[in-house]
Amino acid sequence: MPAAAATLIEMPRPDATVIARRAEIVAALEAAAGAENVISQPAETLAYECDALAAYRCPPLAVVLPRTTEQVSAVLKACRRFAVPVVPRGSGTSLAGGALPTADSVVVGVSRLNRVLEIDLANRFIRVEAGITNLAVSEAVADDGFFYAPDPSSQLACAIAGNVAMNSGGAHCLKYGVTTNNLLGVRMVLMNGDIVELGGPHLDPAGYDLIGVVCGSEGQFGVVTEAVLRILPKPEGARPILMGFASNAIAGACVADIVKSGVLPVAMEFMDRPAVIACENFAHAGYPTDVAALLIVEVEGSPAEIDEQLARIREIAARHEPQIVRESRSAVQSDLIWKGRKAAFGAMGQLADYMCMDGVIPTSRLPGVLARVDEMSAEYGLKVANVFHAGDGNLHPLILYDANKPGDQEKCEAFGADILRLCVEVGGCLTGEHGVGIEKRELMVHQYSPADLEYQMRVKDVFDPDWLLNPAKVFPIAASHARRTRNHPPQAAP
Amino acid sequence: MKVHAPAGETELADLVRHLAATGTPVEVAGGRTRLGLGHPVEAMARITTAAMTGITLYEPAALTIVVRAGTPLAEVEAALAAEGQHLPFEPADHRALLGSRGTPTIGGAYATGVSGPRRVQAGACRDCAIGVRLVSGAGDVVANGGRVMKNVTGYDLVKLICGSFGTLGVVTEIAFKVLPRPEMSATLTLAGLDEARAVAALSRALASPYGVSGAAHLAGGGDGPLTLLRIEGFAASVDYRAARLRELLAAFGEATVDTDQVAVAAGWRRLRDVEVFAGRPGAVWRLSVKPTDAPLLVGELRRRLADTQALYDWGGGLVWLLVAEEGDCGAAAIRGLLARFGGHATLVRAGQATRRSVAVFEPQAPGIAALADGLRRRFDPSGILNPGRMAAVA
Ligand SMILES: Cc1cc2nc3c(=O)[nH]c(=O)nc-3n(C[C@H](O)[C@H](O)[C@H](O)COP(=O)(O)OP(=O)(O)OC[C@H]3O[C@@H](n4cnc5c(N)ncnc54)[C@H](O)[C@@H]3O)c2cc1C
Repeated sequence: MPAAAATLIEMPRPDATVIARRAEIVAALEAAAGAENVISQPAETLAYECDALAAYRCPPLAVVLPRTTEQVSAVLKACRRFAVPVVPRGSGTSLAGGALPTADSVVVGVSRLNRVLEIDLANRFIRVEAGITNLAVSEAVADDGFFYAPDPSSQLACAIAGNVAMNSGGAHCLKYGVTTNNLLGVRMVLMNGDIVELGGPHLDPAGYDLIGVVCGSEGQFGVVTEAVLRILPKPEGARPILMGFASNAIAGACVADIVKSGVLPVAMEFMDRPAVIACENFAHAGYPTDVAALLIVEVEGSPAEIDEQLARIREIAARHEPQIVRESRSAVQSDLIWKGRKAAFGAMGQLADYMCMDGVIPTSRLPGVLARVDEMSAEYGLKVANVFHAGDGNLHPLILYDANKPGDQEKCEAFGADILRLCVEVGGCLTGEHGVGIEKRELMVHQYSPADLEYQMRVKDVFDPDWLLNPAKVFPIAASHARRTRNHPPQAAP
Repeated sequence: MKVHAPAGETELADLVRHLAATGTPVEVAGGRTRLGLGHPVEAMARITTAAMTGITLYEPAALTIVVRAGTPLAEVEAALAAEGQHLPFEPADHRALLGSRGTPTIGGAYATGVSGPRRVQAGACRDCAIGVRLVSGAGDVVANGGRVMKNVTGYDLVKLICGSFGTLGVVTEIAFKVLPRPEMSATLTLAGLDEARAVAALSRALASPYGVSGAAHLAGGGDGPLTLLRIEGFAASVDYRAARLRELLAAFGEATVDTDQVAVAAGWRRLRDVEVFAGRPGAVWRLSVKPTDAPLLVGELRRRLADTQALYDWGGGLVWLLVAEEGDCGAAAIRGLLARFGGHATLVRAGQATRRSVAVFEPQAPGIAALADGLRRRFDPSGILNPGRMAAVA
């Protein structure tokens, strides 16, 4: 792991006995899933060496891409027999290193399990195989006037499997909730090969809410192969308004007043000045570059309903002396307003390497937090731009650095960790939608006490007693050490 | 029975550790309005959250409230109403239905996971809950989630604990996401539909973009069958949506629209609380099914249990049944049908003897039951918290 060796996040040393039995393990995987579904050539496993946290890479021992749930079951049984760690994978877009393999692990990818199994409009659900992309789900029901609400910006690529594992969010979650609020059932294979069905097309669980804890378990409980998802009728229409303010604090106050007024926008996006300038230079969306903070608020409904809500929002904004207010009057104008915001990542990517953080803060603390982030930026000598889902407090600072400059990535990671600790200090949390993965694993102690973590790990003990599924993620490496090594003590390299 | 009312988490944790060490089974109670739900618990002591009360934090502009578990629901609702907000999941008051006394608490609503008609639009109790603090059966203080709406830091125990009926821990504090209270509500009523037609009408309304926040059907009653839809929002918006829905549902008859705010609120409150079955003899079941299956299932059931009464909520996805309290109260018939249709049933109201002999909660597939059992043993290793309450059979 050349890249990982230079950075802060440590992965457990691979188990030499597992690596030594590689040929035997590959044969067992081929017997379980068919040779055509197993990848073991080093040149080909390389494609699975990382996810979107690309600074960390390590090719796995082998990759299996099963075509049926039964094959997944046979594969997990084989892996368990050899005590091989398993890394479930959807599309590999995790920003937290959730799908990062280790050299002694088998990646079980669900990309070939990508069919729509059932569409039931009268009962408003869709049943899919978990490797289907998020966007394909909405597309499957679009002609019937429905959509699947959680829409991460990665929706063209990311799989429902990864969405379920990370409990992913999207631009519209202020009104429609995140994955867990739209997930009705899953079919999942446990590490012992058992296939379990949780939930279904009905609206609440029988007994304990196991789906509730499976969603967001980051591939540590089982391999999800199917999901039942709630679909919703598309709104009649939607329209954004763009507003610029003289300071972060004023924009923050305007957000608070909108929320208190009883208007419930579908999205409320906040960009600070560096983000506005970068996006404008990149996307030419017509953003005013002389404002300190920009708000994009979108509402839904019939044309008259949209007019009424936007009128209320304008009236509230007027009390905060906006420097600019631009209400979209057409689909073209709406696209233009969103174009800049949606280009945020691309815009940053053009400027430099960047890391995208994902903390959450109580919305009332926004001005103070941004001021402190500004100070830290000066201390670290790294630039930062902030985009913020203002309605729900999810802050995405994008920290710019130079991957080719020795020490810069470490500095960037340290800065990011400081921001996340700040989020926790003001009453928020480490991650709002990207998950913990390896990235925020060691920071968990800032949010949770040892007992808090112990009870989470006890849940994993129930689903995966041998800790073979995605073992070195989520929990601080020291906190999970005893459990990970209980039944398969690490063997030193020969 | 010795009753303990600890004033805070530390005292509660000490108490639970002591009870665990002595192997003393204990009943966990909030406002005692729903203790009749589930299998009767054979306990030697009771822990009540009555002394753990109060709103810890309320930030209207952040749409969040944090409340101690023993706080009366009415107090939480009043505080929210003062800021023009409410609990989106519309928790029911089950006193009339269950014939219980006491004061419903927020902790009790969360521990039993009760969600009212607005479930179809705004989510269930578990969807609105964003943080929890509890004392486990081992006496450990455990926190999960927090006070912000978006949070994927570690596993989501907030959902797991919601609806676990006090068998995984004694909940001490919960954080909720709240929403603005709608400016206005209206009820659209269609009369005279049979159950299958009614559910078809509800399905059509719920598939429309008009933001239906309640979709119910009262099968019997003095006025004959009534199919009800609720619309909420700004006044002009409610007018508009009601008109559009009337058009959309024209094939089902001429819908009337009621905008009398007091009457609309009272009607949905009666539905939420299942008042039609309050005070009437018989056992009450609660079924969670695929909406279009509901009328078929009830139809078949009536062939076996002649005078079954049904109330449909959640567009048909939630069915309340009143059956004669005889024999197994229809358990075998209901569960036999569910095996075919899918979904699950809970015996919500019946005498102690019946609840001892009938599986109150839906019996689960062995693999799932093993997971549930494993969780219970890890959260409550001595098995002292509400022992047997959620067991499939006593
Ligand atoms: C440009 C970009 C924009 C993004 N925008 C957003 C956004 O707006 N909102 C948001 O929430 N996220 C966003 N993400 C993050 C990412 O897309 C999500 O976390 C997504 O859900 C990951 O899905 P995936 O299929 O790529 O999963 P992967 O990256 O393959 O895996 C993610 C996690 O899921 C587990 N997993 C995968 N498949 C399974 C399975 N079958 N069973 C069990 N566990 C499994 C993995 O082990 C891993 O822990 C973005 C990422 C990028 C690169």
